[in-house]
Amino acid sequence: MSAQASLPRDFFAAFGTTEPAPEWWDGSEEHLWVILRGIPDPEIPAISLVDLGIVREVHCESGARAATVVITPTYAGCPATEAIRQQIQRVLEAAGVTSPAIELRISPPWTTDWITATGREALQQFGITPPCTIAGNLPRALQFRPACPRCGSHQTEQISAFGATPCKALHRCQQCREPFDYFKPL
Amino acid sequence: MNTPAETDQPAAAKVLDPHHVAWVLRVADGSLVLSQRMTEWCGHGPVLEEDIAFSNIALDLLGQARLLYSHAGALEGRGRDEDAFAYWRDEAEFRNPTLVELPNGDFGQSVLRAWAYVSWQCLVWARLEESQDPALAAIGAKSIKESRYHQEHLGAWVVRLGDGTEESHRRMQAALDYLWPYTSELFHLDAVDSAAMHAGIAPGLDTLSETWAGYTSALLQTATLKTPAPTPFMATGRQGRHSEAMGYLLNELQSLARAHPGAHW
Ligand SMILES: [Zn+2]
Repeated sequence: MSAQASLPRDFFAAFGTTEPAPEWWDGSEEHLWVILRGIPDPEIPAISLVDLGIVREVHCESGARAATVVITPTYAGCPATEAIRQQIQRVLEAAGVTSPAIELRISPPWTTDWITATGREALQQFGITPPCTIAGNLPRALQFRPACPRCGSHQTEQISAFGATPCKALHRCQQCREPFDYFKPL
Repeated sequence: MNTPAETDQPAAAKVLDPHHVAWVLRVADGSLVLSQRMTEWCGHGPVLEEDIAFSNIALDLLGQARLLYSHAGALEGRGRDEDAFAYWRDEAEFRNPTLVELPNGDFGQSVLRAWAYVSWQCLVWARLEESQDPALAAIGAKSIKESRYHQEHLGAWVVRLGDGTEESHRRMQAALDYLWPYTSELFHLDAVDSAAMHAGIAPGLDTLSETWAGYTSALLQTATLKTPAPTPFMATGRQGRHSEAMGYLLNELQSLARAHPGAHW
């Protein structure tokens, strides 16, 4: 079950993204966030890992050029988690971080409410309707009808509750007749 | 202040009772075995959307199993990882309830079985948030959000098929009559469950029974299905005594790992 082998270099190219070339780390925590913000999600490359809300904390020791990044999985079984971990590792090494530590933490559990405004905008531009805000009321959020990312109509219907990746559902716009992905509130 | 410093580091796995690991493994096995059964529908779903749904739910169940096995390994402290638990234990060491290992049957039967078990999981995850074992509480909090999606989706199919055509109704009622006696095991408190409950690790499974029965009978009524009368039958999967289906399931699950020990991709 554990994917121990490291992914081939061109793995991300298969998703239409290439390995980003990071800036050389200046040793500050702020700059580490900037570098992490440059890493796209392997499954939805339009959004960065930071804007997706899965990078929870960053700790660094600039003198030793050491850093720890705390990440949280979106879904417990998300197959991209291992890819994400390796990608962060590689980018930080390329930025001059000495043996970066990546810690996986599941508590508190990831929620789509952590997706940043920038991230939501990026999803929208990419053709994925961002999730509605949950604010502690998931049953209500599930009743929400997402707007079509193309024409903005709320006359939409669900085609499939599950989609091509764990985080999406498939909907259809009754106005412009186009199908679209909806990022499920979680 | 003399209180210990707040730390974000996960608490070291601490065994609270001799039955602690055994209880975690029971829940993990339930998730893994149901995941395996649901995976069998991949490429065989009646419609593409349900093929995708079953695969996604199976993946979430596998995620739960991985978290639980890793935690069990940390508690046990003997170096066993998730793969060791999934691939290298024999049938009698698996402690999932018999319900989840039963053959899939038709699509309706698979839906009904998964819905019954997932509804039980939702109750367990919710109560684990009060567990004295912080890792277990975290796994419960993580899993419940996903399990609620599963429950909603599967429940909608129970209603659609139960209250569907004459043929779908007939099949669903037959599946329900077949599966129902196996659900008693989910609420049967044995020595392991009692010890885990008294140590504050796990909820008392018998206390979940009423809530589960209330929820399921209401939905079954909406589905125009008749909840079967209780029977004295008690399945024994959680004691390691499985149905004949289990050996075949494990053979498929474990044969590759056992034929090529240490293989990875
Ligand atoms: Zn539209």
